[in-house]
Amino acid sequence: MTEKQIKIVAFLCNWCSYGAADLAGVSRMQYSTDIRVIRVPCSGRIDAKLILAAFREGADGVWVSGCHPGECHYLEGNYYARRKFILMGNLMEHMGIDKNRVHFSWISSAEATKFAKVAREVADTIVPMGPNDRFVKKAV
Amino acid sequence: MNTITKNIQELAVSLLRDKTVDIVIGFKSGTVPMSSVPFVAKTTEQARTFIWDTHCRLNLANYLTGRKEKIGIIAKGCDSRNIANHIIENKISREQLHIIGVPCSGMVDKVKIASEFTEEIIEYTEQPDSFVVKTASQTKTLLKKDYLRANCSTCMHPNPVIYDQLAADRVTEPLIENQFADVNRIEALSRDEKWQHFDDLLQDCIRCYACRNACPLCYCPTCFVDESDPQWVGKGTDTTDIRTFHFLRAYHCAGRCTDCGACVEACPMDINVRDFTRKLNKDVFDMYGWEAGLDIKNRPPLDTFNPDDPDEFIK
Repeated sequence: MTEKQIKIVAFLCNWCSYGAADLAGVSRMQYSTDIRVIRVPCSGRIDAKLILAAFREGADGVWVSGCHPGECHYLEGNYYARRKFILMGNLMEHMGIDKNRVHFSWISSAEATKFAKVAREVADTIVPMGPNDRFVKKAV
Repeated sequence: MNTITKNIQELAVSLLRDKTVDIVIGFKSGTVPMSSVPFVAKTTEQARTFIWDTHCRLNLANYLTGRKEKIGIIAKGCDSRNIANHIIENKISREQLHIIGVPCSGMVDKVKIASEFTEEIIEYTEQPDSFVVKTASQTKTLLKKDYLRANCSTCMHPNPVIYDQLAADRVTEPLIENQFADVNRIEALSRDEKWQHFDDLLQDCIRCYACRNACPLCYCPTCFVDESDPQWVGKGTDTTDIRTFHFLRAYHCAGRCTDCGACVEACPMDINVRDFTRKLNKDVFDMYGWEAGLDIKNRPPLDTFNPDDPDEFIK
């Protein structure tokens, strides 16, 4: 295989989406192998720095997933996250990054089916777009 | 000496003489024409060197961060909004401040003026609505309204939002129909054109961080650009690093930027770095109806939330 394998970095909230990924796994659900999971304490922990760092290091897409509104382990982390994500996404689009390279979702720890479905959707959007060449740090 | 300068000096002198404040922050003349420098006066003699003209482009709120003494400060519309920001963000207390408000009729764009001449400008004199610029071989009278800075020409809050005294009468606040025309122009471009637009914009950037240092919002003890473990952004002039820096710098100002233009003023390469912050200003205005620094009661948009916030973009 000579083609570059697509890499999608998934930042999953420890209290929900990460559990959903776990449940999807033990339930033997099938989804894309292009996804690399990074466990974070809360979707509110996600900063534009982390997303840009993922692109800089060669990720072709980023997926951030947290708890449904009202179900945050820290009560309101995802409400703040939501406001940050929308501004972040719009600014990325404004600067010429395809919005489809950055995905957000709310998945509870019981929703393994939704996790597998969204994982497939994310991969199906990003993989056909091919490798990302914007905000990538070229090796010096 | 113009009336505003005279009033500012008188107010500053009396504040220092009566020991109402320990210092007064204002502007004094720069060493070259069309410039001013921020200046901290500690004595009444020093306060007599304060000036006010259409070159007071920097934002004095930048010099308030974390100060302990009683401070007098000269504030035009945007400075006063940044002072309000500082109060909201607990960087200074209202009780420490004596704000001398200056209703502002806009500052002029030194780059635009200089572009009218091939030679160096050696003299600049101001009249109420115009100014006279002299070079070695020619003298030109130009109208102020044609040379306003881009952010001043879309400014709807020229009057200070908080102040203790005013150094001049309030000016009429213009209502600008399409205040985000510049952002709309970029939004109308295709994705590749947008990428190219910012590539062209940033090609001269030398990563001096002047935009960050001039910004009253940038007061973190350690800026993300100086963090080394993890290193969020490389130190050199790699195009990705430059873009990352400008993205994050603007993003950290989301919902806080008053569009004072200090970043553009400070840029030695004359890059319009407002192209980044303007998009965020437009978004917070459209989505949350927010304009930064208009009062000291409401929390900024990223410091609060509403259960019904837009989230159609989330799966």
